[in-house]
Amino acid sequence: MDGANMKEIGPIARHTISVIVDNEAGVLARVIGLFSGRGYNIESLTVSTVDTAHETSRITVVTSGTRMVIEQIKAQLDRLVPVHKVADLTIEGDYVSRDLALVKVAGVGEKRVEALRLAEAFRAQVVDASRDSFVFELTGAANKLDAFVDLMSELGLVEVARTGAVALARGSDAL
Amino acid sequence: MASTDLKENKASDDEQTGTAMSGAQMILKALTDLGVDTIFGYPGGAVLPIYDEIFKQDKIKHILVRHEQGAVHAAEGYARTTGKPGVVLVTSGPGATNAVTGLTDAMLDSIPLICITGQVARHLIGNDAFQEADTVGITRPCTKHNYLVKETEHVPDVIYEAFYVATNGRPGPVVIDMPKDVQIEKAEYKRSGHQEHRTYRPQVDGDDAALRKAARAIAAGVRPIIYSGGGIINAGPEASELLTEFAKMAGIPVTSTLMGLGGFPASDHQFLGMLGMHGTWEANHAMHDCDVMLAIGARFDDRVTGRIDAFSPGSTKIQVDIDLSSINKNVAVDIPIIADAASALRSLIKIWKEEKLSANQPPLVAWWDQIERWRMKNCLSYTDSDKMIMPQKALERLQHHIEGKQAIIATEVGQHQMWAAQFLKFDKPNHWLTSGGLGTMGYGLPAAIGAQIAFPDRLCIDVSGDASFQMNLQELGTISQYNLPVKIFIMNNEYMGMVRQWQDLSYDGRRSHSYSDSLPDFEKLAEAYGIKGMSVEDPAKLDETIKEMIEHDGPVLLDCRVAKIENCFPMVPAGAAHNEMLLAGDVIDKPKDDEALAVV
Ligand SMILES: Cc1ncc(C[n+]2csc(CCOP(=O)(O)OP(=O)(O)O)c2C)c(N)n1
Ligand SMILES: [Mg+2]
Repeated sequence: MDGANMKEIGPIARHTISVIVDNEAGVLARVIGLFSGRGYNIESLTVSTVDTAHETSRITVVTSGTRMVIEQIKAQLDRLVPVHKVADLTIEGDYVSRDLALVKVAGVGEKRVEALRLAEAFRAQVVDASRDSFVFELTGAANKLDAFVDLMSELGLVEVARTGAVALARGSDAL
Repeated sequence: MASTDLKENKASDDEQTGTAMSGAQMILKALTDLGVDTIFGYPGGAVLPIYDEIFKQDKIKHILVRHEQGAVHAAEGYARTTGKPGVVLVTSGPGATNAVTGLTDAMLDSIPLICITGQVARHLIGNDAFQEADTVGITRPCTKHNYLVKETEHVPDVIYEAFYVATNGRPGPVVIDMPKDVQIEKAEYKRSGHQEHRTYRPQVDGDDAALRKAARAIAAGVRPIIYSGGGIINAGPEASELLTEFAKMAGIPVTSTLMGLGGFPASDHQFLGMLGMHGTWEANHAMHDCDVMLAIGARFDDRVTGRIDAFSPGSTKIQVDIDLSSINKNVAVDIPIIADAASALRSLIKIWKEEKLSANQPPLVAWWDQIERWRMKNCLSYTDSDKMIMPQKALERLQHHIEGKQAIIATEVGQHQMWAAQFLKFDKPNHWLTSGGLGTMGYGLPAAIGAQIAFPDRLCIDVSGDASFQMNLQELGTISQYNLPVKIFIMNNEYMGMVRQWQDLSYDGRRSHSYSDSLPDFEKLAEAYGIKGMSVEDPAKLDETIKEMIEHDGPVLLDCRVAKIENCFPMVPAGAAHNEMLLAGDVIDKPKDDEALAVV
């Protein structure tokens, strides 16, 4: 049964959840398997080691569900043995969230100039250029990236690679 | 890769350190040091080094099963009756995949197990080597945790950690996948001495404020009830004693899930019987009408709640569970308490006494009057017959003959399981072995074996069904080899009775493939394994036959031919509420099939 659907019918909200895990083999498979096995959504998921000793990794997962489903997701994550901490950034105060996108655009003439002009307005970097193409690098909140990709679709968009969100709570405290 | 440059020259004055051992030797040493006395297993190429070490020692007894699923269920039976984790050893590939059903069963019923699986040598992993399976991948969703041991020197730590993880917090199965070359390679035996797991620390004691709030809410209840589950059993016998003490001091009725039977004495007047789909009229009505409910070690499973939006609509719900993810999963609770059941009950008792809450309680007379009226419904009554053995009658008589014998009962899955839960009486925990969460046919026979191994002198009975029995009947070989005096009580109705019941109730009686055709002659089958076989179909002979089965010194299989078409009641039909239960003779007319009604 679809875990995300069988629960109370309440408003569905998007949540950004940070998970600190032991950096051991299979830990990502455990987290992803939990989401697919229980029918939860993954809108994006990023993972990387974050300490110098490479002992722990930080997973940032953007998911959506009713209040009860979100509580379940956090509890289910928390009971995985290699999971140290689970924090719901969305409800625990202000946080910053960033995606990185690489956007390839091909074209010549008017369109090429327009693409470059818009890239500047979005503070995108040109990380590769040929006579008839650019690869732009852009970081920002997901909706800013969406808007940029949207605009590029009329100016010769070829392909896009995106990281998914990484996020931290604002202020001086660590998770 | 593991370091092979050993400090073999290191003085061996300390046995714990400095000794070069093969991975297989380490496994045996760690298991022995951890107090393991029994392994249930089945050999194969990828575990030969471990089997060789087993051969060379006599501290740990190895029980050879006939199928790896049997090994896991036997270990579950051992674990559930002793309170200690069960240990399983199987080979790679098919050995590991055959264990998966048992692991899933243990996962859903929170049974602590350690399952060591052989794996192909490290350099072959990922090459589709002979008998290679991605065991950690396959068992990830059906274990609490699993390990692939890549370094020989990690073997002792991994085994200790696996025991810690399996038995702490909400218990569950843990798989340790051991490549064959790790079993052979030598390294120094050393424990890192770290805590049993680097970070995994389940919360044992509940929040004091929440516990106080809970105690006061219970004391204020006009219609209070305790709904207890398998968590009471997992928390150890002390939890059952504390539950009984608390229920007695508060004068509150207690109902139990299938998994929790024995957590509160069935013979106590305050016990309302099992709740849920085939629960008693009084338990389900009391759950529906209560104003405060203490759920303890129970998870509001769909077989328990019935239609979720109609479940106990007016009650304040308190839930005690060691697993946060069990709280608010299916039902919204008002007072959640994350704690071990025994710890929480100890606190509730202390608070109750401290705050003299008995004095605050409203009289519960009206509530108990109401419960007595529900009881008078006599919901388990059935129409007896002198021509055929009614299944309920068979269990009533079995109960009569085991009374006071502290028997351990295992079941398979189906009608016989539900009737056993209704008609057999458990006054103590750890005497009832059944597959609740997964509902695994074939669980009972090996589970009874595991219990019998743990308690050679106790009466161990597998209440079985004609269909379920055939799912692991190869374990008759194990019973025979170790001369285990297990009693197999097959309630033979020639049907997958529970399936047939649903087909009759919900599919206009189209009994699609639920007839047990071509049944073997069970009596002869037992005899083929050197086990005493018996059968009975005359109700007049029922008592003497059961008596003979119990008194026989050794294993017995009794083919008890019961009425073929009998439905299990009470029943909360799918999608109905607790107070919409059906009783025998209610609403549904039995199909008028004379042939099927006749006894074999
Ligand atoms: C491994 C497995 N397969 C299928 C089922 C579905 N199932 C549940 S009860 C049942 C019939 C059991 O028949 P039997 O053992 O004769 O018991 P009875 O209901 O007749 O008492 C079946 C097929 C199951 N629970 N487990
Ligand atoms: Mg049957």
